[in-house]
Amino acid sequence: MGRDLEKYLRPEVKSTPFCPGCGHGILMNLILRAIDDLQLRMDEMLFVSGIGCAAWIPSPNFNADTLHTLHGRAVAFATGAKMFNPKLKTMVISGDGDLASIGGNHLIHAARRNIDLTVICANNMIYGMTGGQVASTSPVGAITSTTTEGNIYRPFDLCKLVLGAGAPYVARYSVTQPVSLIEAIKKSLTIEGFTFVEVLSTCPTQFGRRNRYDSPTDMLTMLKESCISKQEAEQLTPEELQGKVITGEFSDGGA
Amino acid sequence: MTNIMAKKKKGKPLINRQWCKGCGICVEFCPEDALALDEMEKANLAYPDKCNGCGMCELRCPDLAIELG
Repeated sequence: MGRDLEKYLRPEVKSTPFCPGCGHGILMNLILRAIDDLQLRMDEMLFVSGIGCAAWIPSPNFNADTLHTLHGRAVAFATGAKMFNPKLKTMVISGDGDLASIGGNHLIHAARRNIDLTVICANNMIYGMTGGQVASTSPVGAITSTTTEGNIYRPFDLCKLVLGAGAPYVARYSVTQPVSLIEAIKKSLTIEGFTFVEVLSTCPTQFGRRNRYDSPTDMLTMLKESCISKQEAEQLTPEELQGKVITGEFSDGGA
Repeated sequence: MTNIMAKKKKGKPLINRQWCKGCGICVEFCPEDALALDEMEKANLAYPDKCNGCGMCELRCPDLAIELG
């Protein structure tokens, strides 16, 4: 491990908990670099996660208070912790299945109440930990263990959902855009109120091998090519936008 | 707030072989093709002369195994 990030991990951690080439590992790296850039004190932070691969990003690795909670209830636990101790900088890091499917209502109501939380949703477009079932965020046509002929339903647009619920800061970046993503995480940590960053991640083990992205690098290249910025999207027709994901800041928190 | 690229370090990547899982992401995304996987399938700075210290490997490593020295 790099020495500059050593102080942010617990001494007993001997490797990241992810499969080789997992996008969540890149996100873990970038979250720590954002915290390092802001010089935040880990003993004044609380990391809350639910169940799933992404929930292993903070817990039990980060050298701070971590809460590994019930499936889908990460935002609810974080709300309670924040009410009890408003001085804690509270960050929820969890996956798309946890935050958007089983915990969908907690997410939109926390955004509606504008609770001072930072929510990072690691969206790998599949239920990775449970065996690669289709998720509410899987793209149309994705082959999963429960949609062997391809997913027929359109995926959730999480940013629009949280924006509609009234969150002041909403952004979406992929792990292939590390510099922009670090800036977005830093912004989400400094803006007061409910801040939401959707991070497009990869699952080479469950998603990649079923959809013929045979290596982690193939998956990342696919993700990189499918991401376009808001400015680029404005010049494209709806047909050209098929299969593309728009990244950027959708609400800048008045900054 | 300083941009992360603004305080770019100039060193070369130091690779922690115990943390590297050999996924090959750093090798693929290195703009100068300075990295390669060695015979143990661990990332290795095979061509140090090519490295320009951009730090893309450091930012993309999913195993926190690379740091610019």
